[in-house]
Amino acid sequence: MNDSIFTRDRLINLALIITTMWFIWFAQHFFDEYTIRIMNNVAIFIILAVSYNLINGITGQFSLEPNGFIAIGAYVTAILTVDADGMLYQYDIEDPYPWVLALQANFGWALFFSGTISALLALSLAFPVFRVRGDYLAIVTLGFGFIIRILAINSPEITNGSLGINDIPEASNLYWTGGLAICAVLAILNIIYSKYGRAMKAVRDDEDAATAMGINTFKIKTMAFTTSAFFEGVGGGLLAALLTSISPDLFTFFLTFQLLIIIVLGGLGSTTGAILGTIFVMAGLEYMRFLDEPMNLLGFETDAMPGMRMVVFSLILIFVMLFAREGLMGKKELKDLFKKKKANK
Amino acid sequence: MILEVCNITKKFGGVTAIKDTSFSVKSKEIYGLIGPNGAGKTTMFNIITGNYQPTEGAIKFHGQRIDGIKPFKIVHRGIARTFQNIRLFKSMSVLDNVLIGFDYQANYTYLESIFRLPRFFGEEKRIKKRALEILEILGIEQFANELSTSLSYGQQRKVEIARALAANPQLLLLDEPAAGMNPNETHELAELFFKIRDQLDITILLIEHDMKFVNHLCDRVMVLDYGKTIFEGHIKDAIQDEEVIKAYLGDFKHA
Repeated sequence: MNDSIFTRDRLINLALIITTMWFIWFAQHFFDEYTIRIMNNVAIFIILAVSYNLINGITGQFSLEPNGFIAIGAYVTAILTVDADGMLYQYDIEDPYPWVLALQANFGWALFFSGTISALLALSLAFPVFRVRGDYLAIVTLGFGFIIRILAINSPEITNGSLGINDIPEASNLYWTGGLAICAVLAILNIIYSKYGRAMKAVRDDEDAATAMGINTFKIKTMAFTTSAFFEGVGGGLLAALLTSISPDLFTFFLTFQLLIIIVLGGLGSTTGAILGTIFVMAGLEYMRFLDEPMNLLGFETDAMPGMRMVVFSLILIFVMLFAREGLMGKKELKDLFKKKKANK
Repeated sequence: MILEVCNITKKFGGVTAIKDTSFSVKSKEIYGLIGPNGAGKTTMFNIITGNYQPTEGAIKFHGQRIDGIKPFKIVHRGIARTFQNIRLFKSMSVLDNVLIGFDYQANYTYLESIFRLPRFFGEEKRIKKRALEILEILGIEQFANELSTSLSYGQQRKVEIARALAANPQLLLLDEPAAGMNPNETHELAELFFKIRDQLDITILLIEHDMKFVNHLCDRVMVLDYGKTIFEGHIKDAIQDEEVIKAYLGDFKHA
């Protein structure tokens, strides 16, 4: 009996993946540039949100550092893909170090290194960070995000300081962003539905009880943190190649805050929720732009009201939080919804 | 001797919670740790499981010192525990709670789980089967897919015991397992502990206030009072011991 459910789940998963892949292909061929642009953004933020959810929602470690890892990923990809001539032309404050000029890689490898360097940094950061729990953890990780940004401003030989790096080859397209989003979601779901994911949830629910069950909680938290940093780095790299120009101002705490809104809205601890939250927030903000423009309301002409969409968006957020305190999905995943329906019948 | 507690003293600042206490538990014994509230029983558990470091003294498990080892590693050596107030993983199903106990026994790596390599499926299937077996021993296999918090208090206690059993212990520490249970459930629990000892060859060390339960279950007991050992031996002698009566009921001579 168990086996048949197992294969049914796998068939549904396979169907979902194929549908998504077909959708990406379809979008790339038939959608207009504006829609594709939004879809690229959504795909990148799905990677970011789903990986941020792994440490914040699944493992329950309230950390506020993703802007730091995204920044590192973005800078690594930018430095690796902009060629030496372009760099010499752009770096006005200080001449770049020779090794910065020498480092070159194609886009795929650049993304891989973006992720790896973020992950290595997370690994070394885990030792000081996970000495503290709860609110203190949030403060420590918040500090890290700030440090990365200040470092980016103050090392112009590597990052071109506050001017940032421009003319990054626009390598991100829907195949890259969408494909990697599928890979990230699959990898993270595979982690969640393994003994490691169970241990992460156990750490979230009751850290002392998890220890009493023989779980090395420090190791589990470090794994979640490092994995999350890897995908945030990759996401940062994709973002750099989508925007084609990056500067330290792009990676302020606001970026973390935006991701936090997404995962809380979707439901902390639910990957499905993180995906829905991303679509809702990113696409929603984009398509509500009309609210900022002059409107014709039942014959009344209104002036342009810049920022109106943020007001409406915040109201929507407040209502979602009032009526679905645990977010859209709570801790449930897509497959839990299927189960519920079956049980009700 | 499976567990030897040698001259343990534990001080919290100026307060001495346990003072020069020694006892040892034989293999396949059910040993009771009793005493009034605040006597230091749970502190003793926390020292054995490595959550607290003793100020003085040593803990030996199978003749090897285990004080100073990290708590999760002590579990791997074969000591598992339950908590006084039930501490299940609230967002997880009963089965997942039990599977957590198998965590260190499932042999596959992080990458094997990400790429879903064959060993992942094999190991998951193996531990799931064994988890269901444990649930069956405790008679709660029908709740395997229920959320752990949706169960009744008595059933939640059993899930916690199942989870501890899943960690494959040789010594099981139970902190007030019968607290909040009615006489029927208590009796059932006692039978269960005999079953655990006899069928699974597990030694049990338990803290309990229900004297009838202790009397029925325990081979030997130790009575603690304000950190001091006031009695060690058979329960029948304990309830006639003058000091024990004094600790529990007060000193009649001066009353």
